[in-house]
Amino acid sequence: MTAEIKVLLIGYGNPARGDDGLGPAVAEIIEQKKIPGVTVDSDYQLTVEDSAQVAENDVVIFVDASVDCAEPFSFEPLMAKESSGFSSHSVEPAEVAALAESLFNSPAKCFMLGIRGYIFEQFKEDMTEKAKNNLQKAVVFLENLLETKNFVASA
Amino acid sequence: MSTTKKVIIEPVTRVEGHGKVSILLDENNKVSQARFHIVEFRGFERFIQGRPYWEVPVLVQRLCGICPVSHHLAAAKAMDKIVGVDKLTPTAEKMRRLMHYGQMFQSHVLHFFHLCSPDLLFGFDADPMIRNIIGVAKKYPELAVQGVMMRKYGQEIIKATAGKKIHGTGAIPGGINKNLSIAERDVFLKDLNQMVEWSRGALKIAKNYTVENLEKIKPFGSFDSNHLSLIRQDGAMDLYHGNLRAITATGEKIFDQVDYSKYLDYIVEGVKSWSYMKFPFIKSIGPEKGWYRVGPLARINTCDFIDTPEAEAARKEFMAVTNGKPNNITMAYHWARMIELLHSIEKIKELLNDKDLQGTDLVVKGHRREEGVGLIEAPRGTLFHHYKVNENDQVVMANLIVSTTHNNEPMNSAVRKVAQDHISGVPKITEGLLNHIEVAIRAYDPCLSCATHAMGQMPLKVTLYDYQGGVIDMKIKE
Repeated sequence: MTAEIKVLLIGYGNPARGDDGLGPAVAEIIEQKKIPGVTVDSDYQLTVEDSAQVAENDVVIFVDASVDCAEPFSFEPLMAKESSGFSSHSVEPAEVAALAESLFNSPAKCFMLGIRGYIFEQFKEDMTEKAKNNLQKAVVFLENLLETKNFVASA
Repeated sequence: MSTTKKVIIEPVTRVEGHGKVSILLDENNKVSQARFHIVEFRGFERFIQGRPYWEVPVLVQRLCGICPVSHHLAAAKAMDKIVGVDKLTPTAEKMRRLMHYGQMFQSHVLHFFHLCSPDLLFGFDADPMIRNIIGVAKKYPELAVQGVMMRKYGQEIIKATAGKKIHGTGAIPGGINKNLSIAERDVFLKDLNQMVEWSRGALKIAKNYTVENLEKIKPFGSFDSNHLSLIRQDGAMDLYHGNLRAITATGEKIFDQVDYSKYLDYIVEGVKSWSYMKFPFIKSIGPEKGWYRVGPLARINTCDFIDTPEAEAARKEFMAVTNGKPNNITMAYHWARMIELLHSIEKIKELLNDKDLQGTDLVVKGHRREEGVGLIEAPRGTLFHHYKVNENDQVVMANLIVSTTHNNEPMNSAVRKVAQDHISGVPKITEGLLNHIEVAIRAYDPCLSCATHAMGQMPLKVTLYDYQGGVIDMKIKE
C-alpha cells in the first residue's frame, strides 16, 4: 500500500452509555493526531448515508465497542454482507460496505476494530477502567497501523 | 383449561432500540391478547439532574442517535424560558427552524427509503432476504441512491446550523450561536431543486401505493383515535412552534390553542403493569378513550392548512380520500410523512433565501426563571421537555414525553388489530405474518431510544411460550 491511499476511520456508539462510547473516544483521539490521508468521522450509529462516504475512500476502519470480542480488541477484515437482519434505523458495518459497493461501486477495503467493553445499559458518561485500558491499547495499535498502512498483515 | 401459546418477536426489526411483540394464542390459534412491549431506557432524567441548565440542550442529544436535533431544540426552547426569553431574534428562530427542517427531512427520508419502502415495494409477505434496503438497492438503485443523497443533504444542514453532526451546540438558551454564511447557503442552494424533485417522487410513491391499495390497507392495523399536535395561531401546520390542538376521530376539537406550558392540565401520563412505557391520555376524556395519536398522520389531520404550496396541494388530495374528515388509516402515515417531507424541503428553500439567516443578532437575554417547558413537533410526533432549575443553575427536575410514548397505545392497538385480522386461526405463524405486525408498528416509525448498538447485540428472537410461561419454541434471526 502506498502513502497516498485515503483512509476513513468511523468510530460510533453513544458516549452516554458507558463503554458504548469506546468508538467515538477512539475517533476523538485519532482526529487530534491529524494523520495525513486519514479522515475521521464519529456518530452514535451507522446509517445508510455512511455508504456514500465509505465509497470515497480506499480503506475504511469501523470502530465500535464489542460485547464479546477477545480482550483488549479485535481487528479483522470486514466483508460486505447483504444481511436481512436490520434491527433499527442503524445499519451494521458489513451492510454499509454492501450498500457502498451496490450503490456507489465502492473500491474500499473495510476493516472492523472491535474494542471490548463491559457496561452498556445505564446512562453513564464514564467508561469502566478495563474498557479504558483496552482503549489505550487499541489506540497504540491504530497509530502504528495508520503509520505503516499495513492493513492486511495486521488483520 | 384452555391451552395457550405465546409468540414473541424480539426485538422488532428495523425500529430503534429494544422492543418485543407478544401474541398470546389459545388452543385454536385464535389471538387472545397482543401487546407491544417497549423496553425503554430509564434513568435519563436522573442523568441530567444536577447538571447546569446550559448544558442540557447538548446533553439530551445523547438520548437518541436518530433524532438528537429534536431533543436539542425542545430542550433549548425550555431553556429559553429558564433564561426569561419569550421571543428570539429573527436570525435565531430561523436558524433553529432550518436546523429542524433539516432534521425532519433526513429523518423522514431514512424511514421511507430504509425502513418502509421494502414493505411497500416488495410486499409484506416477500422473502425477508430481499425485503430490505439492500433489496431496494438492487432492484431500484436510483431510488436507493436518492435516499442516501437526501439523507446526506439533511445531515449537512444539521451540521451547518448546529455546528457539528453530533453533539451540536447551535441552539443555546435564548438563541443560537452561529448564523449561516453565504458560502454555506450557496452549497445548499446548489442541490436544492434536485431535493425538491426527489421529494416529489417519494411523495408520489407513497400516495400511489396508498390509493392503489386503499381497500387492502384501509383496515390494516387501523382504528379510530384522537389526534394531537402543535398548531400555529392561524391553524397552519407548524413543526417548530405553536399551541396544542387535539381533535376526535371525526374532527371535533377537544381543545385548541392551548399554551403548551400548561400541558399538565390537559395530558396525563398513565401507567400499565406490563410496560415500563407510560400511556398518555387526554385528562378530560380519561384513560379508556382519551389516548391519541401524534406524528405525521395526526399533524395532517389536526391542521387547517399547510403554508407551502406543494405540500398544501398534497394535503388536500390526502384529505379528499376521507372526504375531508380525519384519516384514521394507520398505513396512511407513510403518505402523510411524505407530504411533510415535501413541506420540509419547501420550508428549507424559503429559509435559504431569507437574508435573516446572515444576521448577527443571535441571542436575547432575560430574567432567570425556575421552570421551563419546550415542545416541538419531532419527526415522530410531539416532543415534550419540561425542566425545573434551582438557584445554583442546576436541573432539579426533568420530565420528557417522547413521541413514541404518545403513540404507545396506538401502536398496541395496531398490533392487536393486525394480530386479530391476520394471525387468528392460522395454524402456522409464518415470517410473512409476523412481518405484518412489524409493518403496522413501522408505520409509526417508533424510536425506542438509543439503545446501545455494540457489536454482538440486537438479534431478532422469536419465542413460543405456553400459558404458564414455558418456552415451547425459539427462533433467532441474526
